[in-house]
Amino acid sequence: MALTVLLSCVAVLLGTSALAVAGARRSVTTVFVYSVALLVGAAALAAAGAFLVTIAESAETMKLPIGLPWLGAHFRLDALSALFLVVINLGSFTSSLYGLGYGRHEPSPGRVLPFFPAFLAGMNLVVLADDAFTFLLTWEFMSLTSWALVMAHHREHDNAKAAYIYLVMASFGTLALLLAFGLLAGPDGGYAFDAMRSAAPSPGLSAAVLALVLIGAGSKAGLVPLHVWLPLAHPAAPSHVSALMSGVMTKVAVYGFVRIVFDLLGPPQWWWGAVVLMLGGISAVLGVLYALMQHDLKRLLAYHTVENIGIIFIGLGLALAFQGNAMRTAAALALTAALFHVFNHSVFKSLLFFGAGAVLGATGERDMERLGGLIHRMPLTAIAFLAGSTAISALPPFNGFVSEWLTFQAILLSPQLPQWLLKFLVPAVGAMLALSAALAAGCFVKAFGATFLGRARSSVTQSAQETDAYSLAAMFILVLLCLIAGILPGYFIDALAPVTRQLLDAQLPLQAQLKWLTIVPIAADRSSYNGLLLFVLVATAGWFGAYVIHRWASHALRRSAAWDCGFPDASPATQYTAGSFAQPIRRVFGTLVFRAREQVYMPAPGQTQPAQFHLSMRDLVWDYLYAPVEGVVGFVADHLNKVQSWTIRAYLSLVFSSVVLLLMVLAVWH
Amino acid sequence: MALIYDALVQSAQLALVLALAPLLTGYIRKIKAQLLRRRGPPLLQPYRDLLKLIRKEAVLAENASWIFRSAPYLIFATTLTAAALVPTFATGLVFSSAADLIAIVALLGTARFALALAGLDVGTSFGGIGASREMMIASLAEPAMLMIVFTLSLLAGSTQLSSVAAFVQGPEIGLRVSLAMALVALVIVAIAENARIPVDNPATHLELTMVHEAMILEYSGRHLAVIEMAASLKLLLYFSLIGCMFTPWGLATAGAGFVAYAIGAVSYVAKLAAGGFLLAVFETATAKMRVFRVSDFLGAALMLGLLGALLLFVSQSA
Repeated sequence: MALTVLLSCVAVLLGTSALAVAGARRSVTTVFVYSVALLVGAAALAAAGAFLVTIAESAETMKLPIGLPWLGAHFRLDALSALFLVVINLGSFTSSLYGLGYGRHEPSPGRVLPFFPAFLAGMNLVVLADDAFTFLLTWEFMSLTSWALVMAHHREHDNAKAAYIYLVMASFGTLALLLAFGLLAGPDGGYAFDAMRSAAPSPGLSAAVLALVLIGAGSKAGLVPLHVWLPLAHPAAPSHVSALMSGVMTKVAVYGFVRIVFDLLGPPQWWWGAVVLMLGGISAVLGVLYALMQHDLKRLLAYHTVENIGIIFIGLGLALAFQGNAMRTAAALALTAALFHVFNHSVFKSLLFFGAGAVLGATGERDMERLGGLIHRMPLTAIAFLAGSTAISALPPFNGFVSEWLTFQAILLSPQLPQWLLKFLVPAVGAMLALSAALAAGCFVKAFGATFLGRARSSVTQSAQETDAYSLAAMFILVLLCLIAGILPGYFIDALAPVTRQLLDAQLPLQAQLKWLTIVPIAADRSSYNGLLLFVLVATAGWFGAYVIHRWASHALRRSAAWDCGFPDASPATQYTAGSFAQPIRRVFGTLVFRAREQVYMPAPGQTQPAQFHLSMRDLVWDYLYAPVEGVVGFVADHLNKVQSWTIRAYLSLVFSSVVLLLMVLAVWH
Repeated sequence: MALIYDALVQSAQLALVLALAPLLTGYIRKIKAQLLRRRGPPLLQPYRDLLKLIRKEAVLAENASWIFRSAPYLIFATTLTAAALVPTFATGLVFSSAADLIAIVALLGTARFALALAGLDVGTSFGGIGASREMMIASLAEPAMLMIVFTLSLLAGSTQLSSVAAFVQGPEIGLRVSLAMALVALVIVAIAENARIPVDNPATHLELTMVHEAMILEYSGRHLAVIEMAASLKLLLYFSLIGCMFTPWGLATAGAGFVAYAIGAVSYVAKLAAGGFLLAVFETATAKMRVFRVSDFLGAALMLGLLGALLLFVSQSA
């Protein structure tokens, strides 16, 4: 039943996409497309949510006679796909709502409207697919539609380059997944997921599949060092699409990883966990350090996606390590933490991109060095962005803290792991997680402070106005979700229990019935957290403080010029910028990680030239990994270019010799 | 009935930390003055300062937003909540299940987040310098703190402060290298978090290396009073934390009688006096560091914490 509803939703989305092509020139199309996407998103969200909460134990399957003639298209709805469908359709619901307002200012709607519902349909289909062919086809469909959306503003500086890099990386990732499925299907070509589940791959084969999946799904999710396309492509798209790509599409990639590694690949080895943990830890720290160095608001948010994907993979790696040692409850805790963070990140990252989109729409500016003081002009957007910043910085009482807290609890269970590598690795990864959480708080003080606080740094903010009601509604729905998931995490953890049961055959104790809605993942004397009580305590303490002050303190209040130690400077240029805010952190971490070098030129006394400051930074991942590959490809292409101007005789002899060579290979093979 | 009794004990703890926090600040100032052969202000001076501040007119910069006005209350509320959750004279209080050590560290993180935003709100260079340096210091101090939490909770098998205190009081503790490392690291973190010498100087307003004082430079009147109170509370909180985790002797357990609570309170005040004295001596004997040396200082704490945790990971076999 639920599966039928979901597939009908997808069909409606695809139909809307076709209609949007036809009517792209009319202004009513914008309202039509986003309204349909909104309703479909709500219906799919309801169907998937109801399935997850009520009947998640039994899977629904369906086979449609499309696709390969001897295979058909298999679809399946189980707890895991239902969870990710909730994430996808929550994102599509809110971004369609946001699009109703934001999309009106779209300069070229014909380049956005047809692809937007198609992109949503593609993401839904990936999660529903139950055979390798359908999965890969819809995965590639998702990549191509999102690529088209990245190209929507193709005349803007650097967008075409970003889209090109995205296309190359996406193709490379799909190739890796294709090979992974080829290995899983075996020589008999069992492309249905059921056949792969029942097959038992040899250890060497599963290792190869793991590596390929890490490349394929990891490049889409943005794991370091495969992240380079992400901070270029995500900000280039229109903001509600950026929210979908960063908040939701990376989660589809996480789904691909979980589906293949936890579900299809059979029982895990402990060292898989070690590999995933390492990649996750490195992504978390490098992602946030890159983010701190940015002054483009949307690119900063995109780098934070890299960080949060790292945190999710830390949880997944722990789950694999525990499961490889048959520690099922611990594995369930780690997986719950990872999946909860999947949900949380999709919520607050969409929220933050919506906020950045509102700023962009109001000022036409993404560069934080030219913003400032927007809290006076866009007070509601400022509140929403502040809530999102608090949530992503893992601060209580918002939701980001709860999932990181659960990850820490899982890390604290790991001394029982017998392998020495893990004993050294896990505390180091724990330190990296703590470091990334602390740096994220710094980064969002910078992002919020430079954009919304202080004084305006340029004239672009002078005409800024509060964004429209649809956008605000979308943002405040997400603010509310951030708060609810942070205050009442027990219900959300319980909703994840069917997924851990399905994948690991274990689950956390049910949380919602516990006294005062405390969450207790393992045992009460070990650790517990009560977001609701904490929220009430903080609110009461704040009220108490305000009451005492209100009752007994002087009410006199005077507005005056800033004190600034007696030397207030009228120019806004004297205040801290995003770049100067990050300077101490750049000096502490960046000299090593980015080879950041500062050069100061001070003219001698009496001379009148201006002082100069030069900063140089290098992206070592690009310089040492991608630049050589780029160089080799360029070299080969340059030399193969000569082939183009060969004579017809030379072509014929080339064809002939290739055929002979291939026949000889075949003869030797048999 | 039992619930009311528990609530009373919890309220007593709340009242105790609120009442003692300014006194601790005054006591440390007094000791520091006497070490310099000055007479120093009276012990009750911080209370008088607070009273004077709340009676004064508050001056707001022209473009200060609601963040600037509400941040003091948020900082006070989160710090007070955290301080109320750290056992002072008794463990196992009624709200102690609400937050474990990780959550307490994160609550202080929320307070710091609000303070740094308030520093940036007016748009002056001093506010920015303070916020930026505070976040740099926090980016090392917070992971170090979490590594200390890891060390203790691995030993005690729990992140609940009450369980940690019970474990340290218990018989199987012994002398451990990890604990010593964690103690040193915690002291370094406490110094940095409370803006004490050698990381920052709480007594100056006009020094270019200042951090905490730079962020609150624009505050005046009642807002400043609330922030000063929160700063005193935070200092008290770190003393309570060190006392509860490393010297939990005298702590009453949940449901113990009045006498046990009284013993707990007396030993708590004694611990505060000893800790405050040591801090004053240390601050008097040390010089302030350059701001970019702070990262080395805190990096040492992070490494000590990590080493302590690592030793435990390695020594605990299945």
